[in-house]
Amino acid sequence: MIRWLAAFFIAILALPVAAQDTMPPAPYAYSQLDNPQLEAEAAALMHTLRCIKCQSQSIADSDAPMAGDMRHQVRSRILAGESPDEIRRWLIARYGDYVSYEPEVSATTWPLFAVPVLIVLVVAGVLLRRLGQRRGSSEGQSS
Amino acid sequence: MTAEIGLAALWLAAALAVLQMVSGAFALRAAEGEVNALAIYARPAAVVQAFLAVLAFIMLLYAFATTDLSIKLVASNSHSMKPMLYKLTGTWGNHEGSMLLWVGVLALSGGLLAGFEKRLPERTMGATLAVQGFVALGFYAFLLLSSNPFERLPVPAAEGIGLNPLLQDIGLAIHPPTLYAGYVGLSVAFSLAMGALLTNQVNPAFARVLRPWVLGAWVLLTFGITAGSYWAYYELGWGGWWFWDPVENASLMPWLAATALMHSVSVLAARDALRTWTIMLGVLAFSMSMLGTFLVRSGVLTSVHAFAVDPERGAFILGLLLLYIGGAFTIFALRAGAVAEGKRFAVASREGALVFNNVMLSAILAIVLLGTLYPLLTEAFDVRVSVGPPYFNPASAIFAVPMFLVMAVGPLLRWKSDKPARLQIELGLIAALVIGTIVLVSFFGQFPLLPLLGLGLAAALAVAAFMPLRGRKLWRVPVATWGMVLAHFGVAVSLFGMACEGAFSQERLAAVAPGGTEQIGDFSVTLQSVTPVAGPNWTAIEARLAISESGGEPVILYPQARSFWSPPMSTSESALLTRWDGQLYAVIGNQAEDGRWQIRVWWKPFVTFIWYGGLLIALGGVLAIAGRVKVDVKRRTASTKGAERRADLEALGASPAPAE
Amino acid sequence: MRSRLYLWVPLALFAFFAGVAAYMLTQEKDEFVQSAMIGQPLPDFTLEPAYDGLPGAAKTDFVGRGPRLLNIWASWCLPCIAEAPQLEALQARGVEIIGIAIRDRPGDVANFLARHGNPYTRIGSDPISEVQLAVGSSGVPETFVIDAKGVIRYQHIGDIREGDVPKLLAELEKAR
Repeated sequence: MIRWLAAFFIAILALPVAAQDTMPPAPYAYSQLDNPQLEAEAAALMHTLRCIKCQSQSIADSDAPMAGDMRHQVRSRILAGESPDEIRRWLIARYGDYVSYEPEVSATTWPLFAVPVLIVLVVAGVLLRRLGQRRGSSEGQSS
Repeated sequence: MTAEIGLAALWLAAALAVLQMVSGAFALRAAEGEVNALAIYARPAAVVQAFLAVLAFIMLLYAFATTDLSIKLVASNSHSMKPMLYKLTGTWGNHEGSMLLWVGVLALSGGLLAGFEKRLPERTMGATLAVQGFVALGFYAFLLLSSNPFERLPVPAAEGIGLNPLLQDIGLAIHPPTLYAGYVGLSVAFSLAMGALLTNQVNPAFARVLRPWVLGAWVLLTFGITAGSYWAYYELGWGGWWFWDPVENASLMPWLAATALMHSVSVLAARDALRTWTIMLGVLAFSMSMLGTFLVRSGVLTSVHAFAVDPERGAFILGLLLLYIGGAFTIFALRAGAVAEGKRFAVASREGALVFNNVMLSAILAIVLLGTLYPLLTEAFDVRVSVGPPYFNPASAIFAVPMFLVMAVGPLLRWKSDKPARLQIELGLIAALVIGTIVLVSFFGQFPLLPLLGLGLAAALAVAAFMPLRGRKLWRVPVATWGMVLAHFGVAVSLFGMACEGAFSQERLAAVAPGGTEQIGDFSVTLQSVTPVAGPNWTAIEARLAISESGGEPVILYPQARSFWSPPMSTSESALLTRWDGQLYAVIGNQAEDGRWQIRVWWKPFVTFIWYGGLLIALGGVLAIAGRVKVDVKRRTASTKGAERRADLEALGASPAPAE
Repeated sequence: MRSRLYLWVPLALFAFFAGVAAYMLTQEKDEFVQSAMIGQPLPDFTLEPAYDGLPGAAKTDFVGRGPRLLNIWASWCLPCIAEAPQLEALQARGVEIIGIAIRDRPGDVANFLARHGNPYTRIGSDPISEVQLAVGSSGVPETFVIDAKGVIRYQHIGDIREGDVPKLLAELEKAR
């Protein structure tokens, strides 16, 4: 994680180039919704959205102003009655799949779901072969 | 002079690596039982090389300690005003220095192997040392040709640029060195596996030689990952402890492979089964270490531009990967077929359970690998995707849940063949604990599925971990068995912590005026004051938070928001209140225009168990090493004694008989 | 020998990875996140003036009147200073530029324009990045080409260098 921290550092170092604004954060950037049910929904969603500016963090884990503004969008939209799924789709429509840490099955992401299924099949096959026939096991196959 | 001595030591070490490689290879040309005249240089070359590489590292350490600003690396990564501890740890807080640490550990483990390992046949040892020298040579070349840590500046800098403040922490002293030692300790497993494969010596004796290295590397990895997770948790200021970030995954993948390897090597040592599988895992574990190095330092993955991203360096490491991983897999494919089949066993047996969990660990490894590399693949087609916790958690759980169940039962099974009916009571108890806990917890509220499963499995595992001790005289249980019990219990503890953190954490974000109070769980948090404070190379604002549990005596926490000036950057220093049943995590943010302060407070029940569990797992590994070493020493003294007695007897018996 | 074929699987998988990785190393690393809104109509928005010198901005300012540039910037952003001369050059070529100032204060906006020139006809103030997020912009400065139907036609990420001006003019021509 040292290197991860270092990555974080580079991301922050980039900020002085773009300088920092002095504006107060958006109302819901650092404040919770009053309704705990809605806040829980918003928090769960925020943990699965990528901060566009900081590259490797969710918007729930970042101090970047842009992450704050994105949190504000999430909370205020939840408050306005939108569902987490709608908000996620709204953001994906703007930033592509990149913004969501939760890949959905699509033309570009299907292998992410096909491969685990394949692994399950391979694992079942390997186990059946290794264990099912009471055979020895000198050969193995990493899936 | 220090830089020149260090550089010279590195070049000499590289030359010795060549000698070690060539000389080791000659051992292969010797006939069985004989020693090739040219093969005798491999061991001394490895030992001297270890001294030289360590010397080079000490030279760099010295340059950082004295802030020698004529060295480019020091000038661009250190600062004369830094506290001494961070000057020293800053040595490996950058690309070149950490790579030198990596190479130093590599040479040191090679030296230890050459110096102390006498059990292997000479041919196997020669091949092993040749491979080790070959690997070391590549990394020396990388260091010397593209990442020279000792490069001088034409004109010494007036002052250094400084170290990233996030790294100015005791975590940097602990986490990278242990993690690197673990990564690179696996290089010995890699070399041994290749050596055994090349000389067709994949047998229990080889496994007993391999085991302490795997255990040692695995303990260091476990400890390093645990320390790193805790460090990120308190340093980043948002209470997260694992993000499935590519770089974290890069450290997890060797651990998964090493965990599988550690178990399969035990089967090989005890039962002479799983021969090819053990070799495969030995190659895989170090391959994952090298892959991690590539991902982190080449900048091919987003977020992984930790060190100055340089495609030339990336190409160099990729070349090394091709050479070592590609070469190892090729030799594996060519030679593994020649490895004889090991002993057989039934499904319901200790081996059966270990095979099952080995396959599960490998499947989890495959998932993590896929999720980490997939964004790289799509970027080749100009599509950017993100793969994060919502993918990794459920996808790895598919394999982790059955693995934990089998892990609870496995140690109770007998080797070779067993009847499940014998374990009816134990199996019933384990099932009852899983289901009972889940039902009980669901009774109190609605919780996500994975933490719920985690709680059930943790309860069952915690009890099951101690079942192997049932009916045994505790003082006669071997130390290594205690190690296993402790490590398995540690998994339960860690799992419990993760599940609790996931299910029961509470969060309070609020803008508070001095004097104001916020409530979180049973705690009331009062912001008493906010004052400016200064450190050696930073200034900060510090909040005084009075935390009172259920109206009791308040405890004061001092979270800070620090501003460092070299390099200019700000960090949140969280303040933690640790109770036996959890941690209160407090952070101070900015001041709003109306004068109120942003504070963030979390109550995380049993979150500390995550790292206690990690420590228990590592401790279990230490006990396992200690136990094995004890048994080994006993066996060796017994066999020397036996040999002496036989020699004595022979001498006695031989003396009356006339010589022929 | 067919049963031994699977021993080659690890090597094959590794070779595949190495191929992709090698290809990626030769590619220029693109750290920018492209907007997915190109080809889509501009979302509805109405922003207050960023300072009292110019009117605020709204979607209606783009619809029906030729292709225009939407420049997302801020007075606290250093690359925005670097691109100011290019914006003025574009304005001199008759391009209408509507600005959106991100998380900015009226006084800072006025100072910035006084010091670095004012190529804008309107500047809306977006204190919480609402419109920025709505158009899929991930930083400052960014410049969008909007056609007369109010459709986003092109996105330029980062400051506009001298060499980018002809490209932007060409994109504006294409959007006509």
